[in-house]
Amino acid sequence: MTVSDTTVNRPVKTVPMLSVRGLQKIYKVPGGEVEAVRDLTFDLAEGELVCLVGPSGSGKTTLLKCISGLMEQTSGTVELAGSKVTGPPKSMAVVFQEYGRSLFPWMTVRGNVELPLKNQKVPKAERTALVDAALKSVGLDHVPKSYPWQLSGGMQQRVAIARAVAYRPQVLLMDEPFAAVDAQTRADLEDLIRTIWKQLGVTILFVTHDIDESVYLGERVIVLSSSPTVVQEDLKIDLPAERDQLNTRALPRFMELRSHVYAEIQRAKLGPVTEQITAQRKAARK
Amino acid sequence: MSPLKRVAYFFGLPIVLIVLWWALSFGSTNFFVPKPFELAQTLWTTWIGERFFEDVLPSLGRLAVGLLFAIGLGIVLGLLIGSTRWLRNLLEPMLEFFRAIPPPVLVPLLMLLIGVNDSMKVAVIISGAIWPVLLNTVEGVRAVDSVLNDSCRSYGIRGFARIRYFVLPAVTPQIMAGVRQSLSIGLILMVISEMFASSSGLGFTIVQFQRNFAIPEMWSGIVVLGLIGLGLALIFQFVERRVLHWYHGLKEITHDS
Repeated sequence: MTVSDTTVNRPVKTVPMLSVRGLQKIYKVPGGEVEAVRDLTFDLAEGELVCLVGPSGSGKTTLLKCISGLMEQTSGTVELAGSKVTGPPKSMAVVFQEYGRSLFPWMTVRGNVELPLKNQKVPKAERTALVDAALKSVGLDHVPKSYPWQLSGGMQQRVAIARAVAYRPQVLLMDEPFAAVDAQTRADLEDLIRTIWKQLGVTILFVTHDIDESVYLGERVIVLSSSPTVVQEDLKIDLPAERDQLNTRALPRFMELRSHVYAEIQRAKLGPVTEQITAQRKAARK
Repeated sequence: MSPLKRVAYFFGLPIVLIVLWWALSFGSTNFFVPKPFELAQTLWTTWIGERFFEDVLPSLGRLAVGLLFAIGLGIVLGLLIGSTRWLRNLLEPMLEFFRAIPPPVLVPLLMLLIGVNDSMKVAVIISGAIWPVLLNTVEGVRAVDSVLNDSCRSYGIRGFARIRYFVLPAVTPQIMAGVRQSLSIGLILMVISEMFASSSGLGFTIVQFQRNFAIPEMWSGIVVLGLIGLGLALIFQFVERRVLHWYHGLKEITHDS
């Protein structure tokens, strides 16, 4: 099989915050089926920040859509704090890659952040306080009356993060949120995520294709194989809790970890895939 | 653009055309083509006064009611049909059929069904003006952004809140494009509905003038219709700028980059 044996043994406290068991997703397409995700099993403990990294086309977005209840899996289960996810759960927020298409262009920054709370009937005073705090935490307290499209890409993604923060989710899912912003903004946003994670104690599952980003951000990195996806490795990141772009990235341990993940991904791209493709072709011929 | 320049652009061409008309009709004795000054006088004497209250206002009233119903119904039905897949599949071929029927032919039919009254005229206006709004709304609802839709779903924004905060604003650009077409269709049908069986209204009066060879009066009626159309366009612009300011801003920025 493709799962390596290097899986870190973590003491499981009680019920994991997020539990993915045997998740499989098969898309029905004209002329057959495509297995995007084969068999994924992993847990996130409460308050963990875990990065999912995998080669492009490894079904990362599919996986995240299944976890967030936006898409139904073919088999397997997703549990949030012990209860099964069948639709988008209330205590989960998602930040998408396409910031330009996830904010409402007809609402101001403030309106966007406030809407989920308004929808939940949070009282006005509490709402205002939450929105103010969220905007402040992402460094956008000076533009509440602007419209998202008047802001730069990085700032728009900050608005989306503020919206998630104000919502006070138990689990925050992020689907390659910084893939479409420039490198400098990206570094700032990475640090922002670490800061928010520490402040709020929220459980974060961060999907990325960027190896350095996954090692820099995560407390744990789950390496996915290429499609059809399985967990290739579950790696603990033993870097200091206080991280910064200059020093952390210069640490020998950072280099080791990133090289290790890089090698794993290369292996994922090459290894078992060819067998799987031949197997699939055989199956298709039947 | 400075306000002065805008005024100049607005009135520039009309003034040039009037001057041209005046020059060309200078010394003309054609009975069927009035001169500018003569027409302006006729416009004033014919339409200001009693006729304004007896013909113009009732026409405008029916137009307003008809358009409001057409737009309102078009939006509500469009949202409903657009967001319900089976309803859309069921109704779409039929909607195309009904839309293809030229509304003026409905006038005799509606006269029989409803009678010769205001309701019939309003019904004619609705039956023609509803289509652009309805079909544009359906199309718009179908094309709402998938990522925004996922955002709504993940934050549990459903049902009425979803319509109010997401679907309706997202579809407004298409709705407004439909409304723009509906306005002119409504004006046309207002006139036509009054030409058939009526004893008052703009359409009736204009036909009446024509039959009595009151040519300058007939022309002046056409000018009144033009002015009403212009008024509708101005109101539309005013509303559109307010409702869709975000859309124009967004478009400007995406075009720049």
